[in-house]
Amino acid sequence: MAKVIGGITTSHIPAVGNAIAKELFEDPYWKPFFDAYPPVHEWLAEQKPDIVVNIYNDHGLGFFLDKMPTFAIGAAHEYHNEDEGWGIPAIPPMPGDAKLSWHIIEGMVEDEFDITSCQELAVDHGFTVPMQLFWPGLLDNPNLPRAVPISANTVQHPIPTLKRALDFGKSLGKALRSYPEDVKIVVLGTGGLSHQLDGERAGHINKKFDMMCMDKIVTDPEALTKISRMELVKEAGSQGTELIMWMMMRGALGDNVEVLAKNYHIPISNTGAGMLLLESKD
Amino acid sequence: MSHAELHQHFDIPGTTIFDGEMAMKGYGLNKMCYSFNAAAARDAFVADPEGYMDKFGLSDAQKEVVRNKDVLGMINEGGNIYYLAKLAGIFKLSVQDVGGIQTGMTTEEFKQKLLDQNNQ
Repeated sequence: MAKVIGGITTSHIPAVGNAIAKELFEDPYWKPFFDAYPPVHEWLAEQKPDIVVNIYNDHGLGFFLDKMPTFAIGAAHEYHNEDEGWGIPAIPPMPGDAKLSWHIIEGMVEDEFDITSCQELAVDHGFTVPMQLFWPGLLDNPNLPRAVPISANTVQHPIPTLKRALDFGKSLGKALRSYPEDVKIVVLGTGGLSHQLDGERAGHINKKFDMMCMDKIVTDPEALTKISRMELVKEAGSQGTELIMWMMMRGALGDNVEVLAKNYHIPISNTGAGMLLLESKD
Repeated sequence: MSHAELHQHFDIPGTTIFDGEMAMKGYGLNKMCYSFNAAAARDAFVADPEGYMDKFGLSDAQKEVVRNKDVLGMINEGGNIYYLAKLAGIFKLSVQDVGGIQTGMTTEEFKQKLLDQNNQ
């Protein structure tokens, strides 16, 4: 049977893609950010997951306001990206696992989650930057897993509640663990933490709130479900709602997790950048 | 709970909640910006901005804020920052440039504000 071995959260700021392309790993601005990732590389090299379930939010590449799915799951054999309009370096198509995708979709709809399935899905920086961060070299990296992208709507309110996000993750975890093949699965929750790009409050970062979230998501994610969506916008900023993806990841891991690595750094671009490496203990 | 109560928006200074109302107001503007994912669309806009805005049915108010690179005006006209970021790319504006424009700071001042947030 399939095994969920753990989860990793990371910010997915587009500027990171540019910094990787320019190899700015030792640059004074970037070093405190990139220094967090070698422990993740070591863990992934040791664990060698076969599959990555990459939970992100599309920012206007794969979906537009004409049709905006609250939760969408990729069911393609490979996933392409584009420059998104502002020159982020494109990466080669990432291999998918359509068979597992349909298993997840079947299981979650049976579990009463209403899923939008996508046989074509252009994946943006929310998906690609974490792939670049965790599997340097991508297709040249022998450990690159097959990917299942899952996108949640954080573009347009009403966005899903934190409770729904955690419950989604629990149902996802159940579907993954019922997959009959002996594969190892790692789940990513990308985005966040606090940031706001738009309005007079642009540049808002809330370190105290981010620290609380990074603590509670490990020990008591249910506590975070008490935060309303408007409170989340107020505390974490308009785009800080990306905490939703962290909650989806957390739900899939089971009750008990161990923190293997943790980092928080202000600022990367406009963002409080957070990273957590969690191993499932259930 | 009534439907009105479900609209649990409360006022957050300097922040626009991009909801159904704003998404309807800004539909044409955002659709134009979404088209900029394609390089050919960006070239077409640069070659003839007025004709390109007409093609997407922008209102006079929306055209005016685009001409003036008035980011707060675009937000007010229903623009969503994720789509507007693609227009900003055409204007060669970084996220920090856009932050400065909206907060009345130079880009350098805005970058310093971000760095200062580490001292919270």
